[in-house]
Amino acid sequence: MTAWHEKTAAQIRDAVAAGAVSAAEVTRSYLDRIEAVDGRIGAYTQVWRDEALAQAEGLDQRIQAGEAVGPLAGVPISLKELICTTRGFTTCSSRILQGFQSPYNATVTEKLIAADAILLGKVNMDEFAMGSSTENSAVQKTANPWNLKCVPGGSSGGSAASIASATSAISFGSDTGGSIRQPAAFCGCVGLKPTYGRVSRYGLVAFASSLDQIGPLSRDVTDAALAMNVICGKDPMDATSADLPVEDFTRALTGDVKGLRIGLPKEYFIDALGSEVRALVEASAEVLREQGAEIVEVSLPHTDYAVAVYYIVAPAEASANLARFDGVRYGFRHSDAGNVTEMYVKTKSEGFGPEVQRRIMLGTYVLSSGYYDAYYLKAQKVRTLIKQDFDRAFAECDLILTPTAPTPAFEMGAKSDPLEMYLNDIFTISTNLAGIPAISIPCGLSATGLPVGLQLIGKAFDEATVLRAAHCYEQHAGLQMGAPALG
Amino acid sequence: MEYEAVIGMEVHVQLNCKSKLFCGCSTDFHAPANTNVCPVCLGMPGAMPVLNREMVNKSVAVGLALNCAISRWSKMDRKNYFYPDQSKNYQISQYDLPLNHGGHLDIHVNGETKRIGITRAHMEEDTARNTHTIGGGQSGVDFNRCGVPLLEIVTEPDIHSADEAYAYLTELKQILQYLDVSDCSMEEGKLRAEANISVRPKGSTAFGTKTEVKNVASFSGTYKAIQYEIARQIQILNDGGTIVQETRGWDDDRGVTFSQRAKESAHDYRYFPEPDLVPIVVDEAWEESIRAALPELPAARRARLTGAFGLSDYDAGVLTATRAMADFYEAAAAKTDPKKAANWIMGDLQALVTEDRAEIGSIPVTPEYLAAMINLIEDGTISGKIAKEVLAEMYRTGKSPAAVVEEKGLVQISDHGAIDAAVAEVIAANPAQVAEFKAGKEKVIGFLVGQIMKATQGKANPKMVNDILRAKLSE
Repeated sequence: MTAWHEKTAAQIRDAVAAGAVSAAEVTRSYLDRIEAVDGRIGAYTQVWRDEALAQAEGLDQRIQAGEAVGPLAGVPISLKELICTTRGFTTCSSRILQGFQSPYNATVTEKLIAADAILLGKVNMDEFAMGSSTENSAVQKTANPWNLKCVPGGSSGGSAASIASATSAISFGSDTGGSIRQPAAFCGCVGLKPTYGRVSRYGLVAFASSLDQIGPLSRDVTDAALAMNVICGKDPMDATSADLPVEDFTRALTGDVKGLRIGLPKEYFIDALGSEVRALVEASAEVLREQGAEIVEVSLPHTDYAVAVYYIVAPAEASANLARFDGVRYGFRHSDAGNVTEMYVKTKSEGFGPEVQRRIMLGTYVLSSGYYDAYYLKAQKVRTLIKQDFDRAFAECDLILTPTAPTPAFEMGAKSDPLEMYLNDIFTISTNLAGIPAISIPCGLSATGLPVGLQLIGKAFDEATVLRAAHCYEQHAGLQMGAPALG
Repeated sequence: MEYEAVIGMEVHVQLNCKSKLFCGCSTDFHAPANTNVCPVCLGMPGAMPVLNREMVNKSVAVGLALNCAISRWSKMDRKNYFYPDQSKNYQISQYDLPLNHGGHLDIHVNGETKRIGITRAHMEEDTARNTHTIGGGQSGVDFNRCGVPLLEIVTEPDIHSADEAYAYLTELKQILQYLDVSDCSMEEGKLRAEANISVRPKGSTAFGTKTEVKNVASFSGTYKAIQYEIARQIQILNDGGTIVQETRGWDDDRGVTFSQRAKESAHDYRYFPEPDLVPIVVDEAWEESIRAALPELPAARRARLTGAFGLSDYDAGVLTATRAMADFYEAAAAKTDPKKAANWIMGDLQALVTEDRAEIGSIPVTPEYLAAMINLIEDGTISGKIAKEVLAEMYRTGKSPAAVVEEKGLVQISDHGAIDAAVAEVIAANPAQVAEFKAGKEKVIGFLVGQIMKATQGKANPKMVNDILRAKLSE
């Protein structure tokens, strides 16, 4: 019997569309897999068994009737808790949105349904996408399928864990400072953060509006390209979405990188980078060089400031974005308050976890009059410098190659100091500040058997080249990572 | 000590866009509570604003009419504060880069023209409406109004009296109505005026402590509130007291302002650029297309009417008070004597309209009919006196003046023989008065004319009556 949960999205889609397997059978295979292993992983916060099977059966009937089907026909997917769905709940893994049912679907959700993807359920995350380990979820703990004592990364840790444990074929997460790529690296899967504006944010519960972007996590690069074909494009409901045609990204997967110049930024190969990670990343650059890419050294001189800038801009926007969670109209409300101010204070104090409260306070502080110029305005100016760094670098190369994270996955509870946790995104944050696309793909295992990720950064709206190089590496790296032993 | 008032006005106008500022919901907030709402204006998690282009068009039109500079590049900002009538707990407004800035409006007060500086006119969204049960047990929020497009027009502190404030509001409202961007109904809250008022010793250039008078539901209320507030502040200063900076309401029944909210602490709105929206770029071509579509504004129209039709400033002012009035006048003036048209409109017709509590734009009498009626007087078909009766009938029935005259048999008698006979009868019937006239008592002629008009039911041509009577009396 074919274990459909081990197949890629492309394989599933082709088999379903050809009638070789029913979408219902594939869906059942994934639902059974969730039942078998997710108790140990904790990726899913909600599984829509009946709805997913009904959706799959509807699709099968249409296939039998000879109707055309969508580009993700029968592909079982999962969605991060902050993507709005009328099905089930949209909680952002926060107590404050406990029981919240969105009255509308995110644009991405609509597109995935229209593409005939099967929505299995929602997956865990750091509360409101704030964190790098998914330990900040108010719902549950998620384990790294490669080592259950370790974190899956964050904030899209549930998404990455669902891919690594083969409980979804593609998962959709969001990336504000590395929240797709870092967990993808920790869990040994592919994670793509598209260019800011490539994918509609309508229906993505906002953390930091100028940085957030939805993107796919998948088993391989081809599946990431397939997913991008579906979710990209201008959305009249999102004023910041780019009005560009959606190309067929699978056509970019030519298998070679001949003629590409790939830059290694010297500022990323620093002492904080573990020697194991450094060795694997450098070896991957060598693979690409062998395939015809030219490797050059580039400089991104303002890299050092990225984390500081991020922790001013992102909390500032978050402090406004999260203001609406006040208990007035939906979600959690403290039941015993004498007046409206007390109700706000008690609701927010009990509804938000410590990391979210920390960032709201930080954001409120940096925006307050008297501090605005010194923090927020200054940060925006440095953000411009960071963007200009990339512009200059991309005058010399087509792609930039870096590690995704300084180390492989760490153990749960290992990073109790928030600042230490923030530094985990040191290699991913800059691209969010610059709004440019980046992918993380596996480049090997550490001595302790944990995956290590390689990051490829591209020019704005040049996801095609990013995918092409990532795919070429995947084809030629000869990695024998296997899969986590979950039975 | 003599004091001078210093007043700045902030006017919020609801522009008559079909949909809300950031979503497609209807702007009709009279619909049942919370029916004109969607994820965007409710501020649901994940929802995002998209700027209404019609609002930018209309806001730029107002800016141009107020002689403002239009920002080539502007943006929306978030103004953060917590209140249950806000769906997002921030309001999307404009902060340091308003769409329109640096304009002016000329007003006319006591025969003088004064220029009031316009600091800015910026776009923002309205909030929802909270309702509370008496006793405070329950509160409800109606979000129909949330996200309705507002333009906030702020003046320089150039206003120095209630009269000037009233003139400013009147002129501003007139412009907004001419532009057809708002119906300016204060009762429905579509135009809300706030006055920042302070007083200072005359000749001083420093500002005194100001109070902010809010929530006044009419121009006359604003006028009275400003007068009261100036007097109140002067009284306090004369008594050796100090003015408290605060927000004050207006009690229309008692005719006093009252303290609503003392300034507890400085508000910190933590403004920052709205990251969910892209910058607003109004390029030269866009601005020019809006400018080209601007209607003639009240001041220009007044000037044209005084020039073209020889009207007095006063008459031109009355006739351009509303765009409908001016349109009516011009359509009538085109077809008859402009001066006579002005007199009839401001006199008898306005009286009928006022009595009917109607609007000039929607009465049964058309400008063409009014002109035709005036022409009937001119050509001697009816007398001016009969015309009053004709006009009333036209207003009642919507018929043409010719039809009214025809149906009621109101045609003037200009037949020499008929008048001659009537004159002869009256002379014969009043020998005593005839004798008095012949003895030199000229005034008696009026009595005799009256008798003849009475005999002809007012239809005799008055000039012919006079001529024939005098001829016969001198026989």
